Amino acid sequence: MTVIDTNVYLSRWPFRRLEGDEPANLIAKLHKRNVVQAWAGSFDGLLHRDIAGVNIRLAEACRTHGQGMLIPFGSINPKLPDWQEDVRRCDEVHNMPGIRLHPNYHGYKIDDPAFAEVLKLATERKMIVQMALVMEDDRTQHPLMRVEPVDISPLADVVKNTPGLRLQILNGTSHTSREHVKAAFEAGNVYTEIAMVERVGGVGRFVHNFPPQRVLFGSYYPFFYFESALLKVQESGLDEAAQKALCEDNARKLLG
Amino acid sequence: MLNRRRFLKSVGAGAALAAAPAGAWDIRSEAGLGENMRIWDQHSHMGQVPGNTPEERMAFLVKCMDRDGVERLILSQGYSDDQHPNTPEQFRKENDRVMAAVKAFPDRAYGSVYLSPAQLDFSMHELNRCIRDGPMVMIGEIEADARCNVPDMDPIADWAAQNEVVIFQHEWLKTGGDEPNESSPFDVVELAKRHPKLQIVCAHTGGNWELGIRAIRAQKNVGCGIAGSDPTSGFVEMAVRELGAERVFYGSDVGGRSFASQIAKVEGANISDADKKLILGGNLRRLLTPVLKRKGYKI
Repeated sequence: MTVIDTNVYLSRWPFRRLEGDEPANLIAKLHKRNVVQAWAGSFDGLLHRDIAGVNIRLAEACRTHGQGMLIPFGSINPKLPDWQEDVRRCDEVHNMPGIRLHPNYHGYKIDDPAFAEVLKLATERKMIVQMALVMEDDRTQHPLMRVEPVDISPLADVVKNTPGLRLQILNGTSHTSREHVKAAFEAGNVYTEIAMVERVGGVGRFVHNFPPQRVLFGSYYPFFYFESALLKVQESGLDEAAQKALCEDNARKLLG
Repeated sequence: MLNRRRFLKSVGAGAALAAAPAGAWDIRSEAGLGENMRIWDQHSHMGQVPGNTPEERMAFLVKCMDRDGVERLILSQGYSDDQHPNTPEQFRKENDRVMAAVKAFPDRAYGSVYLSPAQLDFSMHELNRCIRDGPMVMIGEIEADARCNVPDMDPIADWAAQNEVVIFQHEWLKTGGDEPNESSPFDVVELAKRHPKLQIVCAHTGGNWELGIRAIRAQKNVGCGIAGSDPTSGFVEMAVRELGAERVFYGSDVGGRSFASQIAKVEGANISDADKKLILGGNLRRLLTPVLKRKGYKI
């Protein structure tokens, strides 16, 4: 079985060195676990304000390492001046298939008009939008850098108002409202992944609660040990076909 | 259904092996966690586990254990909705639930007694009922309406040290502050200093493990449990570096967590195979040996 990992990050987590934060180490781990493709954002996209520079480095790293395994998803911060140009460059200059958003690190709620505008622009360019809800358990964050999870209660309405949108939620947790996720799924082409899905047999229970074709493999490596997502699939009790859909087929269909 | 070894085999190749048939490579062998690896989970509950009875919930856990290759778990706290029971009746009910689950699967679980220093007289009675005269083998996870450094914890710790029974203590060091009366690793260290012959294991090592590991580092009779926090890279490597692998204990904190995410902290860690074996089960078996031998249980 091969794996498409839709949730990895390059560069440095601001508060700790990680075993896989050098591209060569990250690629070695992904190869070892039979990952054939990894959708990569950049930790730099959380706090850096030269987002264009972040995306140039991300694109370069993905070109240089992994022989095409890494697919870059550029960071967009719609609170920066002229952020629309960053979207254009992600698409036209770097040929990225999608962008990655971190609303809570960039200081906006998802009922902010700027969020709707990003989704609209990305959709017009036929780009996938990934949105991370959480980067770290708020009980373990650095005391000077406490960041609330993204509140997705308005998400279904925003999705409804953006026809053609393809949105993937990253790092949804056991605390993310199931009701709001369900509403978003029903409102349009919304997907998710399993990096922060917990509870015993949790991935199997999760897949049974949501449309299975909308659940993708995500490890959140290197912040998390890669093996966590992999072993959760095994613990899920899903049959081989369902595991294959989750680990590879669903992502392949979304990417098109 | 694939078991964990076969599953990891099937996804365990790499670029060089991508063309090789599934099963040509085995993560278990590479990690030194071969057929004889014995994973014992020191931290499990039946809360958030499907099922209407202790037996049904334990059956679900056993299914998941089989998928992950977990041989045995230490079960505690039952499955009350109330995270902090405060009447003897409630504690007794939860302990009875654990004993019922263990009785249904005696080869897969041992029980650990739930008690509280805030209910000292009852707790001393419950120690005798559940361990001295009953089937249980450990004390905790103690998660109660009193911190573990209170004087009323001393008779419990004395009993544990005299009977060579391990205490397993809930604690956290949350950014923004712990709950009222929630223990911290510092409280565990305080208790351990007063009882140098006691073996006590932190359930979460602070959750904020970079702090928790440092907090317990100098107190050698305090163990580092890795359960119940996100599988953040680096936890186990730092624990082994600062404490030595002999003081590090795998646990999951199921049902709120998965076995998988917590096993991954060890399997994914850049440490030696020998250290992984200690953490995933060897250390727990070493600490439990006196009580298991006394009871004639399997080690």
